[in-house]
Amino acid sequence: MAVAIILLLVAVASVLFHIFSPWWWTPLASNWGYIDDTITLTFWITGAVFSAVVVFMAYCVFRFRHTEGRRAAYNPENKKLEWWLSIGTAIGVAAMLAPGLVVWHQFVTVPADATEVEVMGQQWMWSYRLPGKDGRLGTSDARNVSSDNPMGLNPDDPAGKDDVVIQNDDLHLPVGKPVKVLLRSIDVLHDFYVPEFRAKMDMIPGSVTYYWLTPTRTGTFDVLCAELCGAAHAQMRSKVVVEEEKEYHAWLEKQHTFAELSGQRDVAKAAYKTGSE
Amino acid sequence: MVDVPFDTVAGVPPAEVGEVELYHPRSWWTKYVFSQDAKVIAVQYSITAMSIGMVALVLSWLMRLQLGFPGTFSFIDANQYLQFITMHGMIMVIYLLTALFLGGFGNYLIPLMVGARDMVFPYVNMLSYWVYLLAVVVLAATFFVPGGPTGAGWTLYPPQAILSGTPGQDWGIIFMLASLILFIIGFTMGGLNYVVTVLQARTRGMTLMRLPLTVWGIFTATVMALLAFPALFVASVMLLLDRLLGTSFFMPTLVEMGTLTKYGGGSPILFQHLFWFFGHPEVYIVALPAFGIISDLISVHARKNIFGYRMMVWAIVAIGALSFVVWAHHMYVSGMHPYFGFFFATTTLIIAIPTAIKVYNWVLTLWRGDIHLTIPMLFALAFIITFVNGGLTGLFLGNVVVDVPLSDTMFVVAHFHMVMGIAPIMAVFGGIYHWYPKVTGRMLNEALGRFHFWVSFLGAYAVFFPMHYLGLLGMPRRYHDIGETSFIPASAHDLNAFMSVAALIVGFAQLVFLFNLIWSLFKGKEAGGNPWGAASLEWQTPETPPGHGNWGKELPIVYRWAYDYSVPGAIRDFVPQNEPPAGLSAQGSHP
Repeated sequence: MAVAIILLLVAVASVLFHIFSPWWWTPLASNWGYIDDTITLTFWITGAVFSAVVVFMAYCVFRFRHTEGRRAAYNPENKKLEWWLSIGTAIGVAAMLAPGLVVWHQFVTVPADATEVEVMGQQWMWSYRLPGKDGRLGTSDARNVSSDNPMGLNPDDPAGKDDVVIQNDDLHLPVGKPVKVLLRSIDVLHDFYVPEFRAKMDMIPGSVTYYWLTPTRTGTFDVLCAELCGAAHAQMRSKVVVEEEKEYHAWLEKQHTFAELSGQRDVAKAAYKTGSE
Repeated sequence: MVDVPFDTVAGVPPAEVGEVELYHPRSWWTKYVFSQDAKVIAVQYSITAMSIGMVALVLSWLMRLQLGFPGTFSFIDANQYLQFITMHGMIMVIYLLTALFLGGFGNYLIPLMVGARDMVFPYVNMLSYWVYLLAVVVLAATFFVPGGPTGAGWTLYPPQAILSGTPGQDWGIIFMLASLILFIIGFTMGGLNYVVTVLQARTRGMTLMRLPLTVWGIFTATVMALLAFPALFVASVMLLLDRLLGTSFFMPTLVEMGTLTKYGGGSPILFQHLFWFFGHPEVYIVALPAFGIISDLISVHARKNIFGYRMMVWAIVAIGALSFVVWAHHMYVSGMHPYFGFFFATTTLIIAIPTAIKVYNWVLTLWRGDIHLTIPMLFALAFIITFVNGGLTGLFLGNVVVDVPLSDTMFVVAHFHMVMGIAPIMAVFGGIYHWYPKVTGRMLNEALGRFHFWVSFLGAYAVFFPMHYLGLLGMPRRYHDIGETSFIPASAHDLNAFMSVAALIVGFAQLVFLFNLIWSLFKGKEAGGNPWGAASLEWQTPETPPGHGNWGKELPIVYRWAYDYSVPGAIRDFVPQNEPPAGLSAQGSHP
């Protein structure tokens, strides 16, 4: 009796915890509301199955627990029941899988008008790069990395000269514009993770990975690393600022291009050599 | 309702192979230490696995102390935290669960359940244990090498696993890989034994479809392990070569702490594919023996045949086969080609169907049973709840797009602890309470057992159920300290503290369990040969604990399946597998 009640309480407590939990996903800030919807649907289906199984078990324990003289029934199989349960399960599974695959198709299909933004991870900081006036990002290679060129951009690629390079600072994005986030690493695996965006993808040294999103509300959001990358993994932080088009352009104006940064360094170097500073 | 005539075989065919001379130990050393008796080897495996498991348990306390009360314990820093999670995960998954289910339960139960005198290759079986012990010693040694154990996470993903930004890069990772290689060598020797014994050494009348589901679970898991571990083996060797000889199997051109390395041309993703080609079947290598054990516990303690035996067997085999085509669901956000997501999400969700069938059949076995709420039965019920819970959250993570926000968060940690931590451990405990009387001849103490059960089950549930919601919130895993964020409320820290306290209490209950194991060995109630009234062969041995060779003069002859409980018309509520049907002589000679 007590056992049956405790089993029942486990199911009831789980459902109540779910309903009243103050710990829930962060308010969405991207177009990936479909992902949240798929999670909600999955919660309904799995929650119903969980409750049904545990309540059924609790009932069995209550109703068929051993008492003096009780004898179990003998029924090895019930083909019909087993088939119906299998078919029911298959339908439930399909009900979750089908919308999931549809949304996944959207997730991996980048819209043609998405602008590119590059995020580079390294132990243990984030750098960003935006295409300049030509709208194209120049090539890069870990072999080019140096203290003068921490992102490893190709100095001989004309497309890279006007790329906007952002180091040790926040990334800004215009609200309402689809963005293809290109992900790159120069040392180990990282993962550019902004909880409010829902989207996430590992960055792998030697390859460029990507995902896309459209920021849907303005605000400042935390960037964390979601793939273990060594000792300071937990401290690898940055911020993304989503703002209106006008403010975004004002911010963009103040940023420096790769050419400017290299130029500045050359000037600084020359000045150092001549001893004028 | 279809009544399946499970005992249509009227007689038993004459033995095709005569008895083989058994190895007989001549000294104390060969009887108890370098023993070739599967039962002794099983106990050796179990004690070793539980000992190293205790280390992993203590590591989990340290992790929970850090997570619940960050900054309070000055002796835990970020590096150590990473070392703790790595060693905890590796020990629990491989050195405890795999070794205990296959080396422990497998060695003890396979020969007894199939009616054999021993494993078919006793000498190799002995070697298997000693190589396993060596692997455990090498693993434990990493705690004492310069730089400590590796902190690369139990997945050991390169490049970071072998670069200097990760703790244990000097010696820890080398010892870890060496230990894994040893473990796989040892396991292969044992595994071949289990498979050949099940296929070749079954006693007369023990057809495959009369095997207890425990044997089916262990057998299928072993076949899977023999196919999956080689992937980990080659991955370990290749990573070791990358680390020691500077090859670049997994290492692209990259920068290490601002300096360009000599590596170039390798693929970090290749390691992940190899790792998970092993890693996903590994989940079922742990789960299938648990499935089998739970099926038997429920059947025995509900005094009812397992419902849908044939479907249960096919479900085990189907899950085993399917689990080899789902591995990349661990890699949805790894940066592999996104179109793989369609395939792997589909295969992953399909595996839910045979798994659900198993759950239905367990609870339908309870229906109209005669449920004895013994400790093994309680653990079986707890297994079903935690397994269903963890299995259902698997439907979140398996459904590729739902995995995107949840991957690498505490939701994943909660999911896999529930489904392949708590649930299999519940099966281990249930199995130990159930078979301890056969192994030692004594019952485990009932009061201590019930205390152990309630604290372990409710406590572990209180740790891991709420943890899902921290993941939903966005709290990433493998963080020793979440630090300042804009999205994690203060209440989440309170929840973390609550979970830590619960985890420590659960940990304490395990000490009670260990005490019970030792105390009952001397003071436990005498069990007799068949305290639960079970029908399967291991309970029908002439002696308890079973002697060398298990069966006395003559091997048992099997006339029926292992689940003849509460058969209408029978006097007792169980009919042992070796009890001849009325009208047939006990000699079992075929007419």
